[in-house]
Amino acid sequence: MTTMLSITFLNKRILPVIYFFIPAIALQAQTDMDAIMMNKTQFCSGLMYTHSSWENYWEGNLKRNNQNIGTVTTQSVMYMANYGITGKLNVMIGAPYIWTKASAGTLSGLKGVQDFLVFVKWKPVTETFGKNKLSLFLLGGFSTPITNYVIDFLPMSIGLGSTNFTGRAMIDYQRGKFTVTGSAAYVRRSNVTIDRTSYFDTELRLTNEVKMPDAEQYQLRTGYRGKYLLAEATLSNWTTKGGFDITRNNAPFPNNRMNATMIGAAVKYTLPVHTNLSFLAGANYTVAGRNVGQITEYSGGVFYAFYFNKKAKK
Amino acid sequence: MKKRLGLAGATVITLIFVIVSCSKSITGRTDNTLALQPAKTDINAGTWKPILLTSPTEFSVAAPTATTTPDYVAQVNEIKTWQQDITTEEKKIVKYWSAGAVLRWNEILRELVAKHNLPPYQNADGSYPFPSANNPLAYPQFPFANPPYAARAYAYVSVAQYDALVAAHYYKKLYNRAAPYTVDATVNALIPKSDLPSYPSEDAVVIGVSVELLKLLFPGDQDYIQLKAEEHKHARLIAGANVRSDMEAGEALGKAVAQKFVTRARGDRAGAAVGNQALWTQLENDTRAKGEIPWISLEAPKRPPMLPLFGKVKTFLFDSLTAVSLRPGPPPSTNSEQMKKETEEVYELMKNPSRDKIAIVHFWADGVATYTPPGHWNAIAAEDFINKNYSEVRWARNMALLNMSLMDAAIVCWDTKYYYYNPRPSQLNPAIKTVTGLPNFPSYISGHSTFSGAAATILSYLNPEKATSYDAMAKEASLSRMYGCLHYRSDCEAGLVVGKNIGNYAVTRAQTDGAGN
Repeated sequence: MTTMLSITFLNKRILPVIYFFIPAIALQAQTDMDAIMMNKTQFCSGLMYTHSSWENYWEGNLKRNNQNIGTVTTQSVMYMANYGITGKLNVMIGAPYIWTKASAGTLSGLKGVQDFLVFVKWKPVTETFGKNKLSLFLLGGFSTPITNYVIDFLPMSIGLGSTNFTGRAMIDYQRGKFTVTGSAAYVRRSNVTIDRTSYFDTELRLTNEVKMPDAEQYQLRTGYRGKYLLAEATLSNWTTKGGFDITRNNAPFPNNRMNATMIGAAVKYTLPVHTNLSFLAGANYTVAGRNVGQITEYSGGVFYAFYFNKKAKK
Repeated sequence: MKKRLGLAGATVITLIFVIVSCSKSITGRTDNTLALQPAKTDINAGTWKPILLTSPTEFSVAAPTATTTPDYVAQVNEIKTWQQDITTEEKKIVKYWSAGAVLRWNEILRELVAKHNLPPYQNADGSYPFPSANNPLAYPQFPFANPPYAARAYAYVSVAQYDALVAAHYYKKLYNRAAPYTVDATVNALIPKSDLPSYPSEDAVVIGVSVELLKLLFPGDQDYIQLKAEEHKHARLIAGANVRSDMEAGEALGKAVAQKFVTRARGDRAGAAVGNQALWTQLENDTRAKGEIPWISLEAPKRPPMLPLFGKVKTFLFDSLTAVSLRPGPPPSTNSEQMKKETEEVYELMKNPSRDKIAIVHFWADGVATYTPPGHWNAIAAEDFINKNYSEVRWARNMALLNMSLMDAAIVCWDTKYYYYNPRPSQLNPAIKTVTGLPNFPSYISGHSTFSGAAATILSYLNPEKATSYDAMAKEASLSRMYGCLHYRSDCEAGLVVGKNIGNYAVTRAQTDGAGN
């Protein structure tokens, strides 16, 4: 693995920057879903901008639009950093600033800093069979709100407010510059508290606490992994393990059963003349969903790597 | 070193799986409410003034069989048989219902309101369908339990429960048949014992009333309602609180009293409150003719205004002339400097809402899919009454006073809204965005303020040690509508005053109904 490659992390957000309706998927960063590791003592950080919007959404399984919100746009700027404790153990952190807006109706957008997240990525096994290389990764993630942002105003809320623990297993296959990476994760989501003392999901709840179903997340990615250029196609899925469907013409609620399947592309380019600097771009499109917006998303970012240990082996 | 770090990675992942196994179950505030143990039985409540009944004996209840008869002994044996193989599930049911019949049926009603408080989706041509009571399960389901509908539902159920319990107490005292656990010491009382005669059963009275009225108010939810009723009846038998004939007599009385309320409800003009296109157009034109900017729906497609004729519904606490006299003077003219200033004030509030203010807005919003502002005040009252150790009849009386206030507040408020037909801040200045849903009806006066003013006034009388707190809550609820950019200051201030005036009618009634305080 080259030094340059190891800064490919972060094509996008690292973990659950969960916008309304947008499970973490799109958002899924490369970092916690890609098969790239940074070398020992290497530090990389940067900013990622994401523009995400939807006009149609799924009310349960019914696809519809809503003239009272028009197109809902969510934008974010996320700071991310990745550090190589060893070549086989990386730690990543990040936090986004998010703002939302509806193009029609009277609902006000919201804005603010959302969740802090940290991920530990460990590569315990790498096996080489001739020209083929197979690696196993295990990841543990944690995210939690760092501001008291509004949860219960979907679809304008900037997040769902839960504290999440994620456990992920990932297998990466590489043959020359061709790669295939598959990962599966379980996301344990804490309950959340809202500003009102009662709500109705499937029954009347006389509490401000909302039980959040856990979620599973899958991703398959494949493409080209060169020295300076990395280009991959992605297929991502977020499946909520429980929760209820939005009732007819109701607003969404944090513990809805939000599912989504997205296709996407991710590109990273490291400047050959100055390998500290790399640029990232990505796009995602929702092909199927339930209780989520049909998001189209674009992102772009710049990252800078510091090599604290020049002797770090290639 | 590397190995150790690898171990650390593995530890983190293990930790995650440990965390995953923690429980996430949530507990409602009244899930573990203790069994109701009235401080006094209110044995003389048969002398309290009923609201719709002409006298407590308007519906007769036959004399019960004596406790020495084989019939009664057989009924006691039924209880003993239940108690012999009581299941965990049955114990749970007993615990749930022992918190109080009025409390639990009020919660059920709030649940049905929240379930049905959803505005219908538009037709393909941009018009809107209206729910039909004759076809409640077809979309849009009947009812659309919006705040006026909800206020009326809470009032009918509460007032009918009160009247029926007054009648029940009359017969309890008259027949004086003791509870089964008193008659036969080998019957276990799974609820606190009481000296109150158990025939007819006060719980069964509440069941009879509630089931009958909910047939009218929530005709599509009969399966759920019947399930609850059967469970409640079963709970009373298993608990040793009532024999079957206590229950049957109580339920029959409750149903009979409820019929009188069903008849009233059918004729109270609420059924016609939706209006029609001619009326909606006329409201707009009449307002223009007065030189004012009329309210216009800001929904897309434009939705007809909510229940424009609800102001004509028959009130409980005063007559229709008084209702009209409670309507406040006009809001500032839409062309006036004052209105401009008030719109500007709302706009300024919108620019940078603090997190605390949004929390206040959301705390009191009680919008779509909630039990509405009247339901919120029912929740506040109920959770305070739990600590009061009231008898069921006093519970019902106090909830009736509260809910008559809230229903009459809805009527006067809606009358005012459609009399002036005043636009919302977001209509006068489209730059004004809201941090909660914008209601689809005219602005002046604020419904939340009217409801809250009325509720705080009667609750302060019933529970004076919390008067300051109720007043503060009402003010906060009122202001929340400005913070949410849904109302002008004058809407909120006038609403509170009107609500207070209505609440005072309930206080006057409470002072003279014979219940004392």
